[in-house]
Amino acid sequence: MLSGPHGRDANLGVFGLTALIDVLRVFSHVEEIHHEFGPPPNAPLIRGAIAAVLRNPYAGSYHANILPMMEALNPLGVDLAKQLCNAMGVQPEAIQGYGKGAIIGASGELEHGALWHVPGGYAMRELLGWKGERAAYTAGQGAASTGQPGNALSIVPSTKKVGPPSAALDVPLTHINASYVRSHFDAIEVRVPGAPRSDEIIVILAMSTGARVHARVGGLAAQDISQWNGLR
Amino acid sequence: MKSQIRKIIVQVDEVLQEAGQAVNPPTRRALAMAVIANPYAGKFSDNLDILMDIGEELGGLLGERCVKALGIKPEEAQSYGKAAIVGEAGELEHAAAILHPKLGAPLRKAVSKGAALVPSAKKQGTLGTAIDVPLGHKDAAFVRSHFDAMEARVSDAPRANEIVVAVVVTDSGRPQARTGGLQVQEIVGQDGLR
Repeated sequence: MLSGPHGRDANLGVFGLTALIDVLRVFSHVEEIHHEFGPPPNAPLIRGAIAAVLRNPYAGSYHANILPMMEALNPLGVDLAKQLCNAMGVQPEAIQGYGKGAIIGASGELEHGALWHVPGGYAMRELLGWKGERAAYTAGQGAASTGQPGNALSIVPSTKKVGPPSAALDVPLTHINASYVRSHFDAIEVRVPGAPRSDEIIVILAMSTGARVHARVGGLAAQDISQWNGLR
Repeated sequence: MKSQIRKIIVQVDEVLQEAGQAVNPPTRRALAMAVIANPYAGKFSDNLDILMDIGEELGGLLGERCVKALGIKPEEAQSYGKAAIVGEAGELEHAAAILHPKLGAPLRKAVSKGAALVPSAKKQGTLGTAIDVPLGHKDAAFVRSHFDAMEARVSDAPRANEIVVAVVVTDSGRPQARTGGLQVQEIVGQDGLR
């Protein structure tokens, strides 16, 4: 585990790269959905989310350069993605939908939540079989492809907000290989009782094993994905 | 199975630091909830036998889910609690029928032993209603470090004709317990109290 016993009132200046990430609490939530008053699927839909409550090293004042924390979050992203698969009791190959989010305590700012986009998104995508070049994608140069170039091709949808302890965040879910797959548009409510305190930040990953339990509103179906560009 | 389960939710809350102090080993609480159809919704029935049988099924199922989520052996469980939220077409007594007559025995089997009373809470509610599940040490109710509660809530339940049934099992007490009282190592474990 990545946490260490760092005092809350310690001066930011004394922290090195890894000490920027101070995990206070880990909260997992797994739902096994058998039906919603319609015909039950052969296997229940499993949806899950994992939330890590972190000390926010930038709480309380404006910091122009917050990028060191984005880099430092990478190992946590990988760790949480694996822990979530474990909690859901499935292999990464079984994951069909994903999302991410952040809730920032009141002494922080919305921008602190944006630090989770790259480490949260790419960590989960790589666990699920993404084969792309991270640097190229970060620069906006996704490679053109013929056939299916791996998995987790879609952008990971996200929400973020500044909120009080016990705030609920609706984390969006979309299909991992094509954002337009209509059956997999979903959301899971994530809420950690008592967190975030004002100097904390919660980073969240969410995954699901399939479509909404009684999906039947048409649109692009998962078996009709053909362009392998993350959209269709 | 008499329970008509719409969904099962399992949460694990692991605390690694509290108030700037490392918690070593981390405290861990597991919550398992079942959202079930209320067979007596919308009508008065003197006899609540079906709910008592459902309680028996869910005591084992939810207790085992908690222990599995914690990744522990049954004998490593330390505290427990139970609760139910009844949707608006039901009555408070429906929660009592699930929780009290038959739920305890299979739950105790899931956590091994369990000499102490299983603390409980119940209420009527609607979608997203939260209930604080009280916790106490499973073998000695007076152990002060293990008095606690865990909030249980399902965003889309209970609908009017549903009941949310919750069981919590932990492998630890509060993160920074330091208010004295009977200690874990002083447990006799015979009368359920000390």
